[in-house]
Amino acid sequence: MNQKKSITEKRRRPADKAAYVCIFLFTFLVVAMVILFVACILYKGLPGLSLDFLTTAPNPIEQTIGILPSIINTAYMILLAILIAVPIGVGGAIYLCEYAKNKRLIRIIEFTTETLSGIPSIIFGVFGYVFFCTLLNLKVSLLSGALTLTIIVLPTIVRTTGEALKAVPASYREAAMGIGATKWYMIHTVLLPSASRGIITAVILAIGRIIGESAALLLVAGGSAMYMPRGNFFEQIMGSGATLSVELYRYAYSRGENEIGFSIAVVLLVISVLLNVAVKGINKKLGGEKNGK
Amino acid sequence: MANKIIAKDLNLYYGAHHALKNISMDIKENCVTGLIGPSGCGKSTFLKTLNRMNDTVPGVKVEGTVLLDGEEVYQKAVDVTQLRKKVGMVFQNPNPFPMSIYDNVAYGLRIHGIKKRIVVDEIVEKSLRGAAIWDEVKDRLKKPALSLSGGQQQRLCIARTLAVQPDVILMDEPTSALDPISTMKIEELMSELKKDYTVVIVTHNMQQAARISDYTAFFLLGELVEYGETSQIFSMPQDKRTEDYITGRFG
Amino acid sequence: MEHSILRSAKTKSAVEHVMHMLFVVCGLIAVVAVLFISIYMVASGGPAIAKIGVWEFLFGQIWNPEAGTFGILPFILSSIVATALAIFIAVPIGLGAAIFLTHIADKKTGGVFLFIVELLASIPSVVYGLLGAMLVAPMIFKLQNMLSLSQSGSLLSASIVLVIMILPTIISVSVSSIQSVPKAYNDASLALGASKMQSIFKVILPAAKSGIAAGIVLGVGRAIGETMAVMMVAGNAAIMPSLLGPVRLLTVGISLEWAYSSGLHREALYGIGLVLFVFIMIINILLSFILKKGGKKS
Repeated sequence: MNQKKSITEKRRRPADKAAYVCIFLFTFLVVAMVILFVACILYKGLPGLSLDFLTTAPNPIEQTIGILPSIINTAYMILLAILIAVPIGVGGAIYLCEYAKNKRLIRIIEFTTETLSGIPSIIFGVFGYVFFCTLLNLKVSLLSGALTLTIIVLPTIVRTTGEALKAVPASYREAAMGIGATKWYMIHTVLLPSASRGIITAVILAIGRIIGESAALLLVAGGSAMYMPRGNFFEQIMGSGATLSVELYRYAYSRGENEIGFSIAVVLLVISVLLNVAVKGINKKLGGEKNGK
Repeated sequence: MANKIIAKDLNLYYGAHHALKNISMDIKENCVTGLIGPSGCGKSTFLKTLNRMNDTVPGVKVEGTVLLDGEEVYQKAVDVTQLRKKVGMVFQNPNPFPMSIYDNVAYGLRIHGIKKRIVVDEIVEKSLRGAAIWDEVKDRLKKPALSLSGGQQQRLCIARTLAVQPDVILMDEPTSALDPISTMKIEELMSELKKDYTVVIVTHNMQQAARISDYTAFFLLGELVEYGETSQIFSMPQDKRTEDYITGRFG
Repeated sequence: MEHSILRSAKTKSAVEHVMHMLFVVCGLIAVVAVLFISIYMVASGGPAIAKIGVWEFLFGQIWNPEAGTFGILPFILSSIVATALAIFIAVPIGLGAAIFLTHIADKKTGGVFLFIVELLASIPSVVYGLLGAMLVAPMIFKLQNMLSLSQSGSLLSASIVLVIMILPTIISVSVSSIQSVPKAYNDASLALGASKMQSIFKVILPAAKSGIAAGIVLGVGRAIGETMAVMMVAGNAAIMPSLLGPVRLLTVGISLEWAYSSGLHREALYGIGLVLFVFIMIINILLSFILKKGGKKS
């Protein structure tokens, strides 16, 4: 206590300085990396990007390259997988949040959902091939791909929707039940509309996952998109075909044509950014509304 | 008695909100000074200007002077870690770290570079004794601090503050979250502490201020309304507002 | 027409019943999916492992499908080493970035940085493979030339690409666990005269350690399961791992020969899938154990 140390006597802290240097360095590294990646993708990929590239199929006679078939395949994948996965995922979230009372069952469902989100896509690919392609005899097809994707995106949809449902105030539920509404009536008139932004967010996140998926689809949906899907709708989804990501892999790795790969990467990057911005926009609106009240 | 801390024309703003208005106040060495007033009156804010804990709040602006042993606290050259070593603080809610009882008390020593086992052991014991909790925890120093009761946790926090050997101890409503028995123990501790330390305590409880403090300051709406010896403040307040407050007419 | 209260109540309750049942089914789909995946991974991978022999399969050092030799030890070791190296590099970087985001950056800078991290997370893995082949591999080539090694994809390239891919996971999980540490700990530490860095490293990070551990385990899961990006940079030779030599990871072991495999060869690939699946399930169980323990404490 008798130390007569002045409070203006600065202590030297070399460890603190080292920590600051590391933190700033690592942060800079992450930011620089992202900037480098985006610049590299744009620099390499933009020259090859044209309207023809986006709107035609590859033509082996004229030696032109187009990615329209893979764009269509991707669209099919998104459409089918979302159509199947969203009702199931939202239904599962509703069951977890509104119906399930057995603690143990809830824990099992939550654990398996977590497990599902931790399984790598190559495993889904092997399973999808064994189950959908072989056992259900759906062959290597867009439909097998979409069914496999359904399982892949299910945890995302259940989790995101569940969070949205939990955020709906209990008073809304009580108000509806109080005036004599049945449970299902309450759910589809009060709960789902209140949680709609969360469900839209879930759909956008799922679309992002579908667009980025490649390893599983390589096994269950086919590795190339040289031709446009043919025949009627059912024939089309029963045919095989590569999505944009798989097509990128085929050009860049199997055929060593990196420039085409980068042009596809530009398309994927633009979609990723748009989806990110969309999620941000939805959540910001949500936050703004809350603050407004 | 000597003045330990001198605040002069102290003003503090949270953004546009003028939270402290022209506070001038001398805090005497080896005394307990109580700060009373209704909530939101600025007493806690004033307390935090003394060890610059307000620095962590974004948008804060301080004008005026605070002298500690004659040294300006708000000059640029001040190393806040040295200041806070000299001016310790105990918070409203007990906030021991999620580590062992021993490590909680040793924490302050380690961050100030005292690592020798024998020295640390000795100071830990001395600090726990100083906070009147040694007998209760001496057999379980390695147990997690969060396993203690609320009152024990608060005395542990006092021990943790004593371990860095401060001159001044600031206490921000240290008993408001505690039961009456724990409160009594900490009040008893207060009269021991002032032999070695200068204590400044914020309390919402006037009886507590009357019991333990030598000097009392009454804050209202960011102003220091009245300041003087406790006996004088409580028996013959000079200001009408002080009288209204201590007679329970508002607050 | 007169509406009977009774009838309308009955139809309503029929709808209620159907919807309830539908929700139960939806809720159980995840359970069924995990069950089916487990069953079919074992059913499809088990026979091959039995035929080849557990020991020969797991600890055999030679993978030569033409000769009927299926040893996957090189794949297992490569996966473990590549993942360990990636974690070793990514954890300090990720923690540093998480500290920056939570305790140094102001709101605006933090928001921009968070957006960048989210963008990093949403880039498809094939794009990382492409970037790795374009930006990372050439650097390693130079190193290989300097050491007069043959120029090829390598374990180091694969690990660097994995670092980039698991960084978002580690950063975002660390950020949320650091943010959940009570502010009172930081206040108490500062009031004792600790500097900002001392508070962060001696109080906040230890208090957030179970969350950070969960993030690391999640990162391990992602790294060990990544396929496409590493396939594009790792060289994919079925030999024992070395830092600058080509390696084939477990995941790549499946995908690389998938298209032209048949018979026992294809079954052996299912077997690799089963081994990978067991790895992943162990990681998952470890993760839920850590989270449970962390949850109990707070």
